[in-house]
Amino acid sequence: MSSNYNDRDRSYDDSDDGGGRRGPGGGGRGQGGGRRMHRRKVCRFCADKVDIIDYKDVKLLQGYVPERGKILPRRISGTCATHQRMLAEAIKRARNIALLPYATA
Amino acid sequence: MAEKRAYEVLLIVDTNTPDDEFKRLTETLQQIITDQGGVVVKTDNMGRRQLAYPINRKKEGNYLLLEVEGTGREIAELERRMRVNDQIIRYITVRVDEDRRRAEKFKTKRARKASKRPFSSTGDRTRSGGRKEAAFNDDVEG
Repeated sequence: MSSNYNDRDRSYDDSDDGGGRRGPGGGGRGQGGGRRMHRRKVCRFCADKVDIIDYKDVKLLQGYVPERGKILPRRISGTCATHQRMLAEAIKRARNIALLPYATA
Repeated sequence: MAEKRAYEVLLIVDTNTPDDEFKRLTETLQQIITDQGGVVVKTDNMGRRQLAYPINRKKEGNYLLLEVEGTGREIAELERRMRVNDQIIRYITVRVDEDRRRAEKFKTKRARKASKRPFSSTGDRTRSGGRKEAAFNDDVEG
C-alpha cells in the first residue's frame, strides 16, 4: 500500500522536474519514453464545454482525487485554471458532505 | 436584496430512521420552507449511500436533496431546524443561482463566437490541421 503511495508521489515530482528543464538527458532515463514527451494537455472540461462542475457528481470527481484523497494538481490533469478552481470547490463541497474522503495522512 | 435566489440543500439522514419517519421528516422540511415564503422546486431522495468517512460512528446515510427558491430567510430557518435535529447527520447548502447565471453567460458567449466564425468551431486543432494542409499543397505546387 504505502509503496504504491510513494510511487505516485515520485511520479508527481518527476513531471514537475520535466516542466523546468527538459533536455536530451531527461528523455534518456529509459522508462516510459512517451511520458516525458512534451505534449500539450487539453482541459477536459473545456473540451466538453462544462460550465458547472457539480459537487454531487461523485463519479466525475473521483477521477480527480487519487487514493490519498488529495486533489489532483493541474500539471498532471491538464485542467485549465478556471475549471481547476471549479473542480477544487466541488471536491471540497463533496468532502464536507461525505461524498469524498478528506486527505488521509 | 429582494431578488429571488436558488439554493440546493443536500442533507444526510440517519439510516436508522424508519421509512415513514423519513417521509414525515421530508414533509416537515418542505413545510418549513413554504411557511417562510420559499418554494421547493425539487425534492430528490438520492437513497442510501456509504459515507466516505464515518460521521458520529455512522458509516451509511440517506441522502436527500432539496432545491429551494426564495429570499434566504427560509434557509436560515431550515438550517436552524436541521442543526437541532438528531436524525440529520449533516447538511450543506449551496447557492446555485449565481453559478447558473454565469454558465448561461458562457453559453451565449460561446454561441455568439460560433456564429461569428463558422469554420473554426473547434479552435486550435482545426487551425493546425489547416496549416498542415496548406504546407502539403505548397509541396505539390513546387
